Amino acid sequence: MSTRLATGGTRIDRSQRLGFTWDGQPLQGFAGDTLASALLANNQVLVGRSFKYHRPRGVVAAGPEEPNALVGLGTGGSFEPNARATTTALADGMLVASQNAWPGLAHDVGVVNGWLSRFLRAGFYYKTFLWPRAFWKRLYEPAIRRAAGLGRAPDRADADRYEYLYLHADVLVAGGGIAGLAAAREAAQAGLRVLLIEQEACWGGRAATDGVTVDGKPAADWVAGTVAELQAMETVTLRLRTTVTGVHDHGFVTALEAADAGPRQRLWRIRARHIVAATGAIERPLPFAQNDRPGVMLAGAVRDYAVHYAVSPGDRTVVVTNNDDAYRTAIALREAGLTVPAILDARLRVEGALPERARAMGIPIKPGHAVAGSVGRGRVEGVAVCVQAGEGAVLETIPCEAVAMSGGWSPTVHLWSQAGGKLRWDAAQLLFRPDPARPPIGADGAAIVTAAGAANGVLPAGDCLEDGVAAGRAAAKALGAKPQTGKAATAAAPEEAPIEAVWCMPQGAPPALRDKIWLDFQNDVTMSDVALAAREGYESVEHAKRYTTLGMATDQGKLSNIGGLAVLAEARGATIPEIGTTTFRPPFTPVTLGAIGGEARGALFKPTRKTAMDGWHDANGAVWEPVADWRRPFCYRKPGETVDQAVAREVRNTRRNLGILDASTLGKILVTGPDAGRFVDTLYTNRMSTLKPGRCRYGLMCNENGFLFDDGVVARIDDHSFLCHTTSGGSDHVHAWMEEWLQTEWWDWQVYTANLTEQFAQIAVVGPQARAVLEALGGIDLSADALPFMGWTEGTLAGIPARVFRISFSGELSFEIAVPAAHGQALWDRLMAAGAAHAIAPYGTEALHIMRAEKGFIMIGDETDGTVTPQDLGLDWAVSKKKDDFLGKRAQARADLTRPDRWRLVGLQTLDPRTRLPDGAHAVDGTVLPTGIRRTIGRVTSTYMSPTLDRSIALGLVERGPERIGEVIRFADGRGHIEARIVDPVFYDPQGERQNG
Amino acid sequence: MLQLECPVCGVLADETELVPGGEAHLQRAGPDSTDDAFADYLFTRANPRGVHFERWCHVYGCGKWFHAARDTATLEVFGTYSAQTTAPPDDIVAAIRARRPEWEGPA
Ligand SMILES: [Zn+2]
Repeated sequence: MSTRLATGGTRIDRSQRLGFTWDGQPLQGFAGDTLASALLANNQVLVGRSFKYHRPRGVVAAGPEEPNALVGLGTGGSFEPNARATTTALADGMLVASQNAWPGLAHDVGVVNGWLSRFLRAGFYYKTFLWPRAFWKRLYEPAIRRAAGLGRAPDRADADRYEYLYLHADVLVAGGGIAGLAAAREAAQAGLRVLLIEQEACWGGRAATDGVTVDGKPAADWVAGTVAELQAMETVTLRLRTTVTGVHDHGFVTALEAADAGPRQRLWRIRARHIVAATGAIERPLPFAQNDRPGVMLAGAVRDYAVHYAVSPGDRTVVVTNNDDAYRTAIALREAGLTVPAILDARLRVEGALPERARAMGIPIKPGHAVAGSVGRGRVEGVAVCVQAGEGAVLETIPCEAVAMSGGWSPTVHLWSQAGGKLRWDAAQLLFRPDPARPPIGADGAAIVTAAGAANGVLPAGDCLEDGVAAGRAAAKALGAKPQTGKAATAAAPEEAPIEAVWCMPQGAPPALRDKIWLDFQNDVTMSDVALAAREGYESVEHAKRYTTLGMATDQGKLSNIGGLAVLAEARGATIPEIGTTTFRPPFTPVTLGAIGGEARGALFKPTRKTAMDGWHDANGAVWEPVADWRRPFCYRKPGETVDQAVAREVRNTRRNLGILDASTLGKILVTGPDAGRFVDTLYTNRMSTLKPGRCRYGLMCNENGFLFDDGVVARIDDHSFLCHTTSGGSDHVHAWMEEWLQTEWWDWQVYTANLTEQFAQIAVVGPQARAVLEALGGIDLSADALPFMGWTEGTLAGIPARVFRISFSGELSFEIAVPAAHGQALWDRLMAAGAAHAIAPYGTEALHIMRAEKGFIMIGDETDGTVTPQDLGLDWAVSKKKDDFLGKRAQARADLTRPDRWRLVGLQTLDPRTRLPDGAHAVDGTVLPTGIRRTIGRVTSTYMSPTLDRSIALGLVERGPERIGEVIRFADGRGHIEARIVDPVFYDPQGERQNG
Repeated sequence: MLQLECPVCGVLADETELVPGGEAHLQRAGPDSTDDAFADYLFTRANPRGVHFERWCHVYGCGKWFHAARDTATLEVFGTYSAQTTAPPDDIVAAIRARRPEWEGPA
């Protein structure tokens, strides 16, 4: 069993016991433990189930490359699925749950037996479920949905806080091993601002664990001294437990910090002038049968658990390797008092310094030997031994509790590659390493990343430090600083003999063994799966990846990548560099959605724009509706009223007596300057420059495609100035539209624009009593003679400076009054008080919409959708025939926009006045297109119950609509139809007598 | 995340401060243009792998449009310049030629 050793553990503090629960079972660990080390110390070797076959899975690694030990953390609003136990610091009281197993980890009913697994081979997503089709809906899809996904989604809102942190540095060093520390030190000594980031909880990387010495002393001493030196420098910032997750375009860097206090996580957004990637290397598994059995671990991880956390993986650990580094694990286990029954070294010649040391300690070494398969029920109970050169004939079975495997190390080139750096194959070390001739480049074309140490393919521990020094000096030089030139510290470690390629163990393993050689532990991809994909023609590495799902698990192929490439290479008779790697994309490790969202959630996600009278509306029964970024009252509900009743009351009261509307959200853009007239003539389809000061005109704006995108009333302020009203949602866009043309096309025109939308509160006073209430306020002559329809005037109303526009969107006598925003509430209050005698009542957006629809006025976004022209809407009268040019003019002459059978605006009256057409319903003519779908001849764009007419009304776009007035057409409604008569779109007061009053 | 220096206000702006406006130096086809010329103006855009001239607006900054000369494959920026030009200025062309001797020149 795996247990805690009585002594040792460089990272744990035995004086601080921490309690946690694992699937409800109370367990204990120490401060400094990771969740994985604490689980192993408690003999919890089985930690999860694989994705496809639900096979038992144990901890394999000790870092972010871990594919198996994914757990659910916490509960309720703090629940986090898929946390990697190997990178999660143990905390007191932690609630930890296993995933992907039902009903429990030990007895999972989802385990796929050998017979069924034949159907889950490579490409099973694409093949298995194609036939019979009827099975898809009833059988396959529900089964897949139940099984799909890792972990379970949290069932409530995230209770934790997250934040962004922005930082600028000259040099960012990713990785705090000896190479990273050396690079940071060199850059800092050259006078640069340095940010040094390390994903683990302590500095120094593998050097101390692996017996490296620096200048004759243990590496730990040099690490401590260097960290102290860096901490003393004001220009250096150091962060532990922070992972650089991505190097993006132009060197933008994201990093995720597991915060100890305050927010749960911080997402760092970093701009560094140069990046040193000292991210180390990741060990590879060995491809032997049943290498996925719990208890089979990476050799480096076994060493880390033993040395850092005093965790024994079991009394007997068999080491299997193709390189010298794994001997360190055997030596470390032996020094901890544990047994290593054998080191199975696939190489025939074993004579490096480390093997000699192991041999001297009495550890049996078997050169040329390999694992034919792990054995055991559930977890490892032994290994079957064979010769590497053979086909797997079992020579003996060695009993053991753990297997430490090493297939060599792959430089962690993710950051280099994400940013666009290229790799080259190092045939001696059997690895892809950064190609310094093709680095990631920044905006100026110069290299922005320097790789250092193991990440640069410099694996020997002794050379790592030197490479870090060189990288730090190179970074400084690249930034124009003066690096030190003297001799730096030198590291030393035992010489290592070369690695030998072992892409299949044993090399002649027959299919029966290859079926059980796992490449991707999380996604259950075996060597046979990849070979099958190659046979079926998926020879490109990117295709094979997607077909087999190799490398598509949450570890993104950190362990499986190179093994898969080797199998593809073998199948194609090519070399590994000829196959090439898949693309490395950010993030390096998963980033929580909470961290990506940061503080931008809830009310802070996007500010709500509020008018000057917002508080009054809220206190008087407003039912809110979002309109662009604004909130507007949909209606004002009185006690006991439904929303529909409130809306109907508001419409009737406005038509009969007096309504008041907060119209402040309407866009108000001032266009001024000597060329303002020429400019508004170009923006609007009709002519605006002939407008006299004091007059208003309704105008339409089209894009260059000829389609209508905004409308509103333009008021001529003076010779040089126009006030352009836009829709509530369109003000920012229209203003940007104006600026774009002025800055990029007609930059020689003398025109200035200003978006004044929020500077004015605007109140519409609407209804037969509108003039009476304004006259009661006093100050401006608003008689029909002084202020005719479509005129505006300014003065002082109730003591408040005001502009009064006599315009109407309801068809009633109507005045819109604009006052400085700070006076908005005061004017509103005066109007409500003076209007009491005339039954004044506020109305909301729904009453506004109903009244405009009753009048056949179009609404941008209802009657338009980006494909509708003014002509389609019967607004030809607002499109100038005389102007030489305006935006959209040329397009409106294109053949498609002049087709006689275009859908055009009509009114629609259902034959049953109580039936309201569904919004967006399509009209059909009963014919069926060759594609099998019914031909549509129109659609509903606005539809209401009209309180004024006491029946349903609708507007719609219908093929040749205006030519078909009186015709009855059918609208699809579920399985049935609704019949409606095409009528004139103006339902109410067609002569406009009311607004002219 | 791209960074472009706004030539109007001088700020080295992150991509999140900017909005892209597509190909630069398009010539507007007016009311008298032929159908083909107008369709070209509306719909046809260069999409090179390599040197490209683009419109950008410093929308969350000074609000001004400018032009950028950029390599769409390597993301190198050769320079940014005023939007109030009908062709890339000489210094920009020279900056491109210095790094892309094989470049055929502006279309
Ligand atoms: Zn700017």
